[in-house]
Amino acid sequence: MSALLQEVMDRARLLGVPFDVHLDLTWRCNERCVHCYLEHASPDEMSAPEYRGLLDQLAEAGVFFLTFSGGEPLLRPDLFEILAHTRGLAFCVKLKTNASLIGQREADRIRSLGIHEVHVSLYSHRPEAHDAVTLIPGSFERSLHAVRLLRSLGQKVVFTHIVTRLASGDDAGVCALAGELGAGFRIDPTITPKIDGDSSPLALNVPHSELVRIVTSPEYVGNVEAFCAPPKPPDPAALDGILCGAGHNHCYIAPNGEVFPCVQFPVSCGNVRRQGFLDIWRHSPAMNEVRSVRVHDLPVCAPCSHIANCTRCPGLALMDGDVRGPSLQDCEKSWARTGLVPTGCPAPLDLTA
Amino acid sequence: MNHKYIARSTEVAARMLGGEMIVMSAADSSLFTLNEQATAIWEAADGVTPLRALVDRAVCEVFDVDPAVAYSDAETFVTELASHGVLLLSDSPIPPREQSA
Repeated sequence: MSALLQEVMDRARLLGVPFDVHLDLTWRCNERCVHCYLEHASPDEMSAPEYRGLLDQLAEAGVFFLTFSGGEPLLRPDLFEILAHTRGLAFCVKLKTNASLIGQREADRIRSLGIHEVHVSLYSHRPEAHDAVTLIPGSFERSLHAVRLLRSLGQKVVFTHIVTRLASGDDAGVCALAGELGAGFRIDPTITPKIDGDSSPLALNVPHSELVRIVTSPEYVGNVEAFCAPPKPPDPAALDGILCGAGHNHCYIAPNGEVFPCVQFPVSCGNVRRQGFLDIWRHSPAMNEVRSVRVHDLPVCAPCSHIANCTRCPGLALMDGDVRGPSLQDCEKSWARTGLVPTGCPAPLDLTA
Repeated sequence: MNHKYIARSTEVAARMLGGEMIVMSAADSSLFTLNEQATAIWEAADGVTPLRALVDRAVCEVFDVDPAVAYSDAETFVTELASHGVLLLSDSPIPPREQSA
């Protein structure tokens, strides 16, 4: 994140503006990725007219970044009707998709609608390894075909590479493929529990040694020395700081209209079918409870040696059992990054050992 | 200042935040924060009002500024944003259909 963008996000947080909203249009999907955090039985999905009304509210509320995701959003026959409504509302729109349903017509429409970025999940540069994650034969070729179509139109595309045991070590190949196609590349080494709390996907996380390799790779983290530096002693003022942007400048809205602080933070704060979005954002007791927590409220993490640099996720901590407790996957990442065991974290840290 | 005309590109994201306009170019993802005067110009950019008249109306009549400085700043500002595709800049009025190009 650039310094200017960080400054803007901080200003939004201080002003209480939901600057960044993630909308899942459906939880249905045409792939069956082994690590997915969703169940694919989608709840009662909002209709296109409901989404149009919601988008008007989000623009009015000051939302700038709008991410449409799922499930697979292209399974909705009214996707383009919904996207078209964002056109006049000046959002910065990202579309997250597996791209397998994008043909020439869909690519043309995406390009014409001014979608800022299309994020395409790619688990390997090897077709058989990618398809082993999606469980759909041919999915790699369909996704790649779509990416080539989009790129031929000048559409910005970013590969999202979630690292799994099934394609361990393929990150360099995916990164190189992104370079060949003129696409961006993002790597995510964290597989999370399912949204219902089922922790079985965690077994697909790569071994600790592989995590260390990834978080110490300059092509992914930039300045390794700075990124992996030993944690600094916490600034006392930082202990009064917030945990992350969830509920401060960011939130998530599920296909049925339920509002959450973040997609990884399963605390329902209200439903836009029954309340105005801003009413939920400003006045939901659950949202305000999430907002009220400060670093110094964390009994295990606040005194931890890594607190100043930790990427602790309160939603994952909640799924680990306590929103004010440690997020064990972030403990492991902090250990991988610095080579030092966080003093506050219960051992063992190698969660995949 | 020669007659110049400016219009907002539709290929941008823009939102008011705390009195300043935040603008991002879809072309190159450049992010801009516009101060109050730049925001006033941004909002008044209709493609048909000459830039000088636009600065007079949206800036000089509203803010306590030296008009010469305001015109100069506006030239710099619109040239910079036009180079990122955020503003369309032309020597002649910009029809609405071109504004959505």
